[in-house]
Amino acid sequence: MTLTDTKTSVTRLPQVHLPRNPGMALDLDWIARAQANQSAIERRAATLPGRRSVKKTHQAAWLLKAVTCIDLTTLSGDDTVGRVRRLCDKARQPVRADLLDQLGMEGLTTGAVCVYHDMVEAAVGYLEGSGIPVAAVSTGFPAGLSPLHLRIAEIEESVKAGAKEIDIVISRRHVLTQNWQALYDEMKAFREACSDAHVKAILATGELGSLRNVARASLVCMMAGADFIKTSTGKESVNATLPVSLVMIRAIRDYFDATGTHVGYKPAGGISKAKDAITYLALMKDELGHRWLQPDLFRFGASSLLNDIERQLEHHLTGAYSASYRHPMG
Amino acid sequence: MNVKEVFDTMDYGPAPEDASEAQAWLDGHKRKFGLFIDGSWTKAGKGFDSKNPATGDALAKVSQATQKDVDAAVKAARKAQGPWAKLSGHQRAKHLYALARGLQKHSRLFAVLETMDNGKPIRESRDIDIPLAQRHFYYHAGLAQLMEDELPGRAPTGVCGQIVPWNFPLLMLAWKIAPALAMGNTVVLKPAEYTSLTALLFAELCDRVGLPKGVVNIVTGDGAVGEMIVNSDVDKLAFTGSTAVGRRIREMTAGSGKALTLELGGKSPYIVFDDADIDSAIEGLVDAIWFNQGQVCCAGSRLLVQEGISEAFYRKLKTRMDGLRIGDPLDKCIDVGAVVDPVQLKTISDMVDANSDGDTYQAGSAPDGCFYPPTLITGLSTSSKLMQEEIFGPVLVSTTFRTPAEAVALANDTRYGLAATVWTENINLALDIAPKLVSGIVWVNATNLFDAAAGFGGVRESGFGREGGWEGCLAYTKPKQSPKPAKPAKPAKPISAFEGKGALQDSLDRTAKLYIGGKQARPDGAYSRVVYGPKGSAIGEVGLANRKDIRNAVEAAHGAKSWSKTTGHLRAQILYYIAENLSARRNEFSARLKDMTGKSGNSEVDQSIEALFTAAAWADKLDGAAKGVPIRGIALAMREPVGVIATLCPDANPLLGLVQSIAPALAMGNRVVTVASGPFPLAATDFYQVLETSDVPSGVVNILTGDHGELAPHLAAHMDVDAVWAFSGHAKTIEAKSTGNLKRTLVAPAPLSAREMLEHATEIKTIWVPYGEG
Repeated sequence: MTLTDTKTSVTRLPQVHLPRNPGMALDLDWIARAQANQSAIERRAATLPGRRSVKKTHQAAWLLKAVTCIDLTTLSGDDTVGRVRRLCDKARQPVRADLLDQLGMEGLTTGAVCVYHDMVEAAVGYLEGSGIPVAAVSTGFPAGLSPLHLRIAEIEESVKAGAKEIDIVISRRHVLTQNWQALYDEMKAFREACSDAHVKAILATGELGSLRNVARASLVCMMAGADFIKTSTGKESVNATLPVSLVMIRAIRDYFDATGTHVGYKPAGGISKAKDAITYLALMKDELGHRWLQPDLFRFGASSLLNDIERQLEHHLTGAYSASYRHPMG
Repeated sequence: MNVKEVFDTMDYGPAPEDASEAQAWLDGHKRKFGLFIDGSWTKAGKGFDSKNPATGDALAKVSQATQKDVDAAVKAARKAQGPWAKLSGHQRAKHLYALARGLQKHSRLFAVLETMDNGKPIRESRDIDIPLAQRHFYYHAGLAQLMEDELPGRAPTGVCGQIVPWNFPLLMLAWKIAPALAMGNTVVLKPAEYTSLTALLFAELCDRVGLPKGVVNIVTGDGAVGEMIVNSDVDKLAFTGSTAVGRRIREMTAGSGKALTLELGGKSPYIVFDDADIDSAIEGLVDAIWFNQGQVCCAGSRLLVQEGISEAFYRKLKTRMDGLRIGDPLDKCIDVGAVVDPVQLKTISDMVDANSDGDTYQAGSAPDGCFYPPTLITGLSTSSKLMQEEIFGPVLVSTTFRTPAEAVALANDTRYGLAATVWTENINLALDIAPKLVSGIVWVNATNLFDAAAGFGGVRESGFGREGGWEGCLAYTKPKQSPKPAKPAKPAKPISAFEGKGALQDSLDRTAKLYIGGKQARPDGAYSRVVYGPKGSAIGEVGLANRKDIRNAVEAAHGAKSWSKTTGHLRAQILYYIAENLSARRNEFSARLKDMTGKSGNSEVDQSIEALFTAAAWADKLDGAAKGVPIRGIALAMREPVGVIATLCPDANPLLGLVQSIAPALAMGNRVVTVASGPFPLAATDFYQVLETSDVPSGVVNILTGDHGELAPHLAAHMDVDAVWAFSGHAKTIEAKSTGNLKRTLVAPAPLSAREMLEHATEIKTIWVPYGEG
């Protein structure tokens, strides 16, 4: 995959042609101004599903869009090459061919495959020619508490192994102690280590204590050059939620307003229903606009979501509720 | 569009709610409705079409009630009221519970019908209106259950005439009917002519759940029918609607003795401080002014933004407005539906079109038909008409402020006082601002939160009375007749002053003056009259106050604002001190009372001292409440002084009547202008000497003497007087003249019990503070 546009020599994200986030100087005044009123944010999140609804053809199209935004993920201690291969094959053909055919769609893949470092090489191999990038979780995932030089080395290893996307975890303690400079420096170091691979900053929002911290950490990571901000490792007790998402995408909007730079968003963990996926897409569309509905700026970190979407798509076509076993497992 | 196309556009597409059940219900009634009177339906008579504003289609023909119909409905309610009130609280609770369950079981039918009739988005009727209506019946089932134990001194008011508006047809019906029924009243309710259908469906529900006949009567029709109800033989009227109509109802009922509560218009401020969560404040505006197309009495329609953030705020707000979806209210993906009627649409358009001030921004374009686009008008000054007048449409007007004090001043610069919204992350600021806002409801970091447990209602020209909570129920009760009448038991029959012609006995002239702003003042008109004792001997002279003295007294009272901010403890100390000084001069007052009335004054002086002690006792004890509302947060019911209260003392018991009509007001932090007993004024003029020696700040109590008939209309008409309490008659004049600023009035033959007076001396402000962090 070409990451460099030869005409302008600007580094590009995979699949698309938007300039990457160059980052900016740490603006502590801006960080201090950021607020997040939890009750108000929860109210907005709670009423959104009641305000937005897509039906029939539109629903099918939205669900297919969701499929293209999935980082199909396996992050388990018992992952093997065989397991990763099955996942990669599913990423290439996420929806049964006969269903896709009836829906009038072709060449649909998931957004990426997301694995631990040791599986990167295998995944890259299995995905060769598909155009599907491999994302690696990195930097001592999920706790991020290994020595900094090892975390940086881990990124470099994954990039060397062929990962085009690196999902790093931030040091939560920098947020909890409001040490924004440390967070900024760490993020900047990770971004540099990623080189041409694009970097998703996992905030582990379930461990940041408050939505205000989520807002501030989001801004700091973007200032330090994150291409994506991501909610969770999937290993915290609370993972992606609508209120957290609202806070993070509002931060993305503010960053875009201030810099003109598009930063992507990835909710991860806990999104397993087709209906939830539609709500997330509506949230992106309403709060950030149409541009953020493409896989270069929006990903779901999910493993079981795809199966539910497949069932809903079959229901759309047949009018009968579908069963899991009718769809190949990933 | 096919899947592939939508995959690229990612449009929402249509998401229509199925209306077939509602259409079938209308068809089942042949699209014609009679009235629901005494448990049965009248034959559909002459009437009018109820239309779907989104399509212009006629939904059904609704009957215009006649005088005969209204009379029959009131008669049925009257007949049903005794037996209904005699049911145990538990039995009434079961009926209310059944109504709540019925609303729940048929919630979608109610929601769809409401949206078709009114034009509001189905999301709102489905997720807000109907669930809140259910909640109201559940909550009041509980109040019915508890009434006997918790309100032992209260009895039902009787038959209630209730008139509700078109903006929340079923919800306002619930707000009216649930408390009335819970407290043992029966009702005759008129829905608004644009939106009668859910009330008729509700009538069917009453029938189905076996509510005794005559307890709920629904009559439909236009304002003429409303007028018939107002003039009918009801004991209480409850109205929600425009300030103009509320005023008219106050005039029509003046002197009739009918209890009245009014929930009227507003121009509610929405204040955003620079430390607020800006995105949330903007989202709040969607719920404030684009909820129900802005046709909400408490809509946050006046945006006040701190100057430093205003540009960024407006820019973000406009972006948010662009994302609002306007269109078919039955679509589940719509934010803004249809305006209720072309007449209302024209009112909104005309008001906006007539404005040339500021910058107007309209989001997108409204579909053809009865739709109006979300609108923001920035850069207005307070003098712009649109900053002052209620638009009752999706139009937000805005200006900026510099400091918290200026925000408060701008917020309160209005004739209305229904609701206010404050956005700040600073709790000191929020809790400091909330009490300073002149409004019945304050939402902190939220807006348009409602619940059956929390009082709702306004001050100033937004009306009076509260709906919801215990305080709402009080408006549907009256004191039970106790076997021993409350003292003093004097009838309100006017007492004539004694006549005589003798010369004054004192060797040195002693002139009783008016007492204004802490100073003795000669009456502006420079007229006096001689006061004669029972045997015709002259015992003193008093000044005759006129309207200018009223003006001066009210100004003095306003100058004494700080009294309202003093602690209850300090007010108690001063009331005790008054009692102490009165006690020291017991013999003198006693003799004066005997001179004036011919009766021994000892007991009256003692009772007056006791009344002062009672008021002092209450000064720091009339607690507010933290309401059990279903949010993570608190809804505080805070007691606030009414403001400046004018009292007309009873003729009888000239000292006790004075004390009873000012002490509760003072205890709660009000300032008073009081007119002494007409026939026996000298106890009051002696009393100001007691006040002078008791550390009462100047202007807190102002005492006038003179003719009540002459002074009453001026007091009642004074726009800067917040309440008039009249214990010497003149009910009709006072109530009719009170409409200028819709001041609160209390007209009674004598001061009520001290505890009841406290209710009149305070307004309940409900402050909603949702919280949460982490």
